[in-house]
Amino acid sequence: MIRVVSLLLGLWIGVAQAQIVSVEPEYQGRYNELLHELRCLVCQNQTLADSGSGLADDLRLEVKRMLEEGLSDEQIFAFMSDRYGDFVLYNPPVKPRTWLLWFGPFVLLIGGLIGIRQVVRANNKTAKSSTLTESEKKQVNAVIQDRDD
Amino acid sequence: MKSLIPALLFFVISGFLFVGLYKDPTLVSSPLVGKSIPSFSASTLFYPDKKVTQADLIGEIALVNVWATWCPACKHEHPDLVALSEKTDIPIYGLNYKETDKAEARAWLRDEGNPYAFSISDDDGRIGIDFGVYGAPETFLIDAQGVIQHKRVGVMNNKIWQRDFLPIIQRLRREAL
Repeated sequence: MIRVVSLLLGLWIGVAQAQIVSVEPEYQGRYNELLHELRCLVCQNQTLADSGSGLADDLRLEVKRMLEEGLSDEQIFAFMSDRYGDFVLYNPPVKPRTWLLWFGPFVLLIGGLIGIRQVVRANNKTAKSSTLTESEKKQVNAVIQDRDD
Repeated sequence: MKSLIPALLFFVISGFLFVGLYKDPTLVSSPLVGKSIPSFSASTLFYPDKKVTQADLIGEIALVNVWATWCPACKHEHPDLVALSEKTDIPIYGLNYKETDKAEARAWLRDEGNPYAFSISDDDGRIGIDFGVYGAPETFLIDAQGVIQHKRVGVMNNKIWQRDFLPIIQRLRREAL
């Protein structure tokens, strides 16, 4: 049992860990926020905050350097997207290339709502046509009256 | 007509998914294509006292190849690079990216052939960051003005050279006439 646990622990430790970069307390908040907004291109589904790749280590140091040099968040995002493209931004800018990404879900939503309205309307129509016409009503009334009499 | 809409949607969505199957998500188009190579100043692998800058890469159509001894794929592509350097007069500059063992790097080039005019030592990876390097080996094609015309992420070989690089080089040469 102990052997299994230590084996598993060994595996766990073997997973690349993000190197900790110590940042001045005054920048710590922005530093953490920025790292969570940036994608690591080596492990593509990880942020710079999570990734243990060597490039992510280097880029964390770059973010730290830029914070200390007094660059704004926009300037730091621009530094990254100038080199690696908008793909590194987890919050990509709205521009013609990303319109589909930004507005596609809403287009689908509106399309779905229109679809639902069409179906409901069609159903209502068939429901209406199943109601009785005037002459049919008279016939039914006649039958009911006949029975009542 | 109405019953065709779901079928149409189905084919559009499957079309997107089908194309997606054959796309490599690790290939990210570089925003640096169309821009000048970044400026730098660094020593070279064989001449640690000598400084080279971006100006040393500019002047003719050239390749910049990102490599290191810790990178297995770089070793894999090495024979193809050597062969390429022998058959073309286009200079290949190395960017020795975050090299962990320079002695081994020098020995490697001595033993296996050196395709590079020189190799820039990028010890801390700063130059690599400015080149947007994220997966060595990478190969950049730059024109005579130092503008990046193409970027290849992954190994270079004759097939890729013929398919991706030569057409651009031929176009650049036609335009230069």
